[in-house]
Amino acid sequence: MKQRTNWPVTILITLGSLIILFPLYMSFSIALKNPQELAKSALAFPTVFRWENFTRAIEATNFFNALKNSALITGVTLVLTILSNSLVAYAVARNMHKKFFKGLYFYFVSALFIPFPIIMLPIVKQTSALGLNNPGGLILLYVVYGMAINIFIYVGYIRSIPKELEEAAIIDGCNTWQVFWKVIFPLLMPINATIGILTCLWAWNDFLLPLIILSDSAHATLPLVQYVFQSEFGTDYNLAFSSYLMALAPMVVVYLFAQKWIIGGVVQGSVK
Amino acid sequence: MKKASPTLTPPVNSRKKAKQRFIKKNWAFYAMVIPAVLLFATFHTFPALQGIYYSFTNWNGISLEYDFVGFKNYLHLFKDKVVKDSYIFTFSFAIMATVLVNAISLVVAIGLNAKIKGRNFFRAIYFLPNILGVLIVGFIFNFFFTNILPTIGERLDIQFLMVNILGSEKYAWMGILLVVVWQACAFNIILYLAGLQTVPGELYEAAGLDGANYWQQFWKITFPMIAPFFTINMVLSMKNFLMVFDQIVAMTAGGPGHSTTSISLLIYKGGFQGGEFAFQSANAVIYFLLIMFVSIFQLKILQKREVDM
Repeated sequence: MKQRTNWPVTILITLGSLIILFPLYMSFSIALKNPQELAKSALAFPTVFRWENFTRAIEATNFFNALKNSALITGVTLVLTILSNSLVAYAVARNMHKKFFKGLYFYFVSALFIPFPIIMLPIVKQTSALGLNNPGGLILLYVVYGMAINIFIYVGYIRSIPKELEEAAIIDGCNTWQVFWKVIFPLLMPINATIGILTCLWAWNDFLLPLIILSDSAHATLPLVQYVFQSEFGTDYNLAFSSYLMALAPMVVVYLFAQKWIIGGVVQGSVK
Repeated sequence: MKKASPTLTPPVNSRKKAKQRFIKKNWAFYAMVIPAVLLFATFHTFPALQGIYYSFTNWNGISLEYDFVGFKNYLHLFKDKVVKDSYIFTFSFAIMATVLVNAISLVVAIGLNAKIKGRNFFRAIYFLPNILGVLIVGFIFNFFFTNILPTIGERLDIQFLMVNILGSEKYAWMGILLVVVWQACAFNIILYLAGLQTVPGELYEAAGLDGANYWQQFWKITFPMIAPFFTINMVLSMKNFLMVFDQIVAMTAGGPGHSTTSISLLIYKGGFQGGEFAFQSANAVIYFLLIMFVSIFQLKILQKREVDM
């Protein structure tokens, strides 16, 4: 029996989606006006598109430098996280019957309950003492802190993979490392995608960790630049909103193309 | 002396041996985890322990010397008005946000799960806020409250909206609540929608034949079936909202006064700028214990309820 379209709900959902889109419309509307037009009305559709606001914002915030920093930090974090965390999770998942590995599992996962502020003050002292108050240190922290949730997700997935494949590979003469990279890692692709998406969203949008770790403003990530920018040129709203939109744009573009994957990945990561 | 004869092991034996070697003592597995454990201990466990250690000192974060003061920081914590206010603000904010976000998300998810036109399109729209940077969203809403809402208030002649609510000690929390709800619903909606899609349609058909109305169907079928999703959402949202930071930095910086100073913001400000390194470390320890207690408590209660239903 095919149900008919439920129009009242469709209309309500449409109205609700306007609430989601409104702030974005407002941002565009402000970013594309000049101060006089903004003073008249912030929400009216811009009559002339002042694209020069974007060029000015690119110069004022050194946008491409921040974009490069964010892309580099997110990209390297993503690759290192997937390669290292899956390997650790594999060793843990296949040895859960041993006390040592079971203990490790709980050691990593229990970190999920530890709120960041308790680490925040000492880690700043520690990273600057070790010379890690730079993008390299930030990447290291993302990879390490991500382990708590990632190992939880990976272990759940790896335990559902039958051991027969590995046994066959061992008989063919593979050692444990080869078993992982040649047999298991390729099978992890769906869950790698999930971890990758969660890691990207986190590293790209994170504000607190770059704020406390990065000491050189030349290394600032996109969110950090917006923060600095806001306090310096706070009242030049047209410029500010062009800058916000450019900072949001890369992720939105990725989302437009990979929307199904991203939603699926986030759901997978939480339901596990 | 007898010479050991060279043996040609039959293939079956060598297979067994390979397998045994793999299972018996496999150092490769240890090599895989040891570096990770060391890094995790160095950059996560060690600083956490350091935080606890400093909470028993009077270190201001800069000077070379400090003394042990026992539980003095903890005693001061309980007497400090700013600390007390930040706990009241954070917890009432987190509870309100958790309830609102879960209620709204559940309603929207049910709507999205209905037979509507363009479901995938709307699903993508509703999830959009989740991929946007929290800080930037905060800045955008900051403008909305400072410039747009007062104008609307004047046009409609609503006294309450005419002033910037972020500038009001009494109402600034509402602005923060609104931006948090706007953004956090995205994630919860998607999770509830995933839950709703696991409920088999036949259940509703059967209930419909039995004469159950929508309300009864929701409480008797939908809600029990998505209980695990409800648990995840409640625990995750509560924990996230107790850590609220970015939105406040972007909208009020904790003010006016300290009316919207959340616990994490207080630890950040006092610890890094206020010379209260040790004092805020003690604050962080208490905060940690409370978050752990709340999470475990929620898990216990909600999981018990899942079983009961």
